Amino acid sequence: MRAIFQSKTFAILTILLTLLVIWYVMAVKLNTPWQLGVYERAGTSEWTTSQFINDTLNQKRPVLPSAHQVFSEMYVTIFQKPITSKRSLVYHSWITLSATLLGFAIGTLFGILIAIGITNNKALDRSLMPWVIASQTIPILAIAPMIIVVLNAIGLSGLLPKALISTYLSFFPIVVGMVKGFRSPKNIQLDLMQTYFASPMQIFFKLRWPSALPYLFTSMKVAIAIALVGAIVGELPTGAVAGLGARLLTGSYYGQTVQIWSALFMAAILAASLVMIVGLIEKRVTKNMGLTT
Amino acid sequence: MSNSPVILAKDMSLTFETNDGPVHALKDINLEINEGEFVSFIGPSGCGKTTFLRAIADLEKPTKGEIFVNGMTPSEARKNRAYGYVFQSSALLPWRTVEQNVALPLEITGISKSEKQQHIERTLSMVDLIGFEKKYPHQLSGGMQQRVSIARALAFDAKLLLMDEPFGALDEIVRDHLNRQLLELWAKAKMTICFVTHSIPEAVYLSTKIVVMSPRPGEIADIIDSSLPNERPLEIRESKEFLDIAHRVREGLRASHSYDEENA
Ligand SMILES: Nc1ncnc2c1ncn2[C@@H]1O[C@H](COP(=O)(O)OP(=O)(O)O)[C@@H](O)[C@H]1O
Ligand SMILES: [Mg+2]
Repeated sequence: MRAIFQSKTFAILTILLTLLVIWYVMAVKLNTPWQLGVYERAGTSEWTTSQFINDTLNQKRPVLPSAHQVFSEMYVTIFQKPITSKRSLVYHSWITLSATLLGFAIGTLFGILIAIGITNNKALDRSLMPWVIASQTIPILAIAPMIIVVLNAIGLSGLLPKALISTYLSFFPIVVGMVKGFRSPKNIQLDLMQTYFASPMQIFFKLRWPSALPYLFTSMKVAIAIALVGAIVGELPTGAVAGLGARLLTGSYYGQTVQIWSALFMAAILAASLVMIVGLIEKRVTKNMGLTT
Repeated sequence: MSNSPVILAKDMSLTFETNDGPVHALKDINLEINEGEFVSFIGPSGCGKTTFLRAIADLEKPTKGEIFVNGMTPSEARKNRAYGYVFQSSALLPWRTVEQNVALPLEITGISKSEKQQHIERTLSMVDLIGFEKKYPHQLSGGMQQRVSIARALAFDAKLLLMDEPFGALDEIVRDHLNRQLLELWAKAKMTICFVTHSIPEAVYLSTKIVVMSPRPGEIADIIDSSLPNERPLEIRESKEFLDIAHRVREGLRASHSYDEENA
């Protein structure tokens, strides 16, 4: 019996249940004013508590939709629509996911290249790093529309502009992590390479790169999550018609809170899955490298 | 070139410029080491033993005087891969298996696959590590790790082996064992070895020549040529000859005030 209470599953379930309870309490509370108005307009003066609660949890456009509304909307839009349909959440997720993955890939590559530059060149270290940091102090919401508009003006539209906003966000943790990683070899290891008269190229591939790999995975976990944020934000300013960002946008135009919340949940599920996949790849790679800790 | 000594230091000094002013790590070192010698450097911490080895290896540059390795400058010698270096800690790459670690220097020079395999087997058998090829460093004991790094240092078949307190972190039993193995290796491979140690018995047991150093500035206090025979069972450490040499080393250390600091 004690084993059950101490198990991890039990702890997780307890937390989930608590969150669910809070969610429903909040839903009732936040949807009450509107429900009272509805009753008043309809001239309903007699209602039981259970009827009232039931009604607040099943409004068409609730302030805070209840969990079962969100999940049934998700179930319907994920499983019961053809995935090519504009009403399918899978379709919208894929649009956002493809921009995320493309942007993440470019961002990772770009970040690694900048880190290589910074660690190999003193001038670049001094001149580039401040810009890299400055780039992240500009709110992405402010710069995203400009990137989209400018790229549209030169004929780029669709996937790439969104992906570039993902890139813009995701290259940063990669740069920071990889600069640290490339500098992680110990002096004694660098001296060892000197005694072999190894070329800078050899030092990079035999020592710096493998030393930096654990740092790469840590940064990629952060980068892929914010790449998703970038792709969603990139869908907002253009009034995009497809993607999770578009679902958020149209949802807010028409007061479709249930749609907004299902898009948000979908984004969270995507982010968690992406981070998990990077984590699994990390496990595999570090195991193959004999670095299991 | 075959007549030139393996190492020749002439009035060599090495000063580090630090924020707290200059540190005279080595001062006016004159030393000649010939082919086939086993030379130990002994002295208290900070007397410049590591710095001297690093100067031979072209990892530090003398600020005064000269040093030659096989008649070449250290940087030429390094280019020619004239020496193997065993660091104080094993400095193995954790993501490489034993055989991959041993192969590292060979990958850097470029060598055929079959030659590489042969070489790995040969050097690993020299340090008694056959059967551990696929293990990762963290799966080995400290003594085994240090043996891997010795095998790795034998990569270029260099005739000069520089060893900086290779067994300093190991317990005495393991150390005895490795000392025996090292002597066998030295006899078999006909190498010249420069060996830094803190331990008087270790220095006397291993060396044909013992260089006693004193600190601040790092100078040579005494050079002792060992009269021990080349064949050295562990019991030799109880012989009178052995104890006499150990005594002379201790005297050399005392005369150079090496003990003052340590007692303080
Ligand atoms: N890179 C360096 N910069 C400044 N001082 C150094 C450096 N390396 C060694 N030293 C100093 O030089 C002296 C000799 O050091 P070292 O050769 O390591 O001594 P040992 O190996 O005999 O213990 C010490 O005082 C040490 O602090
Ligand atoms: Mg030292």
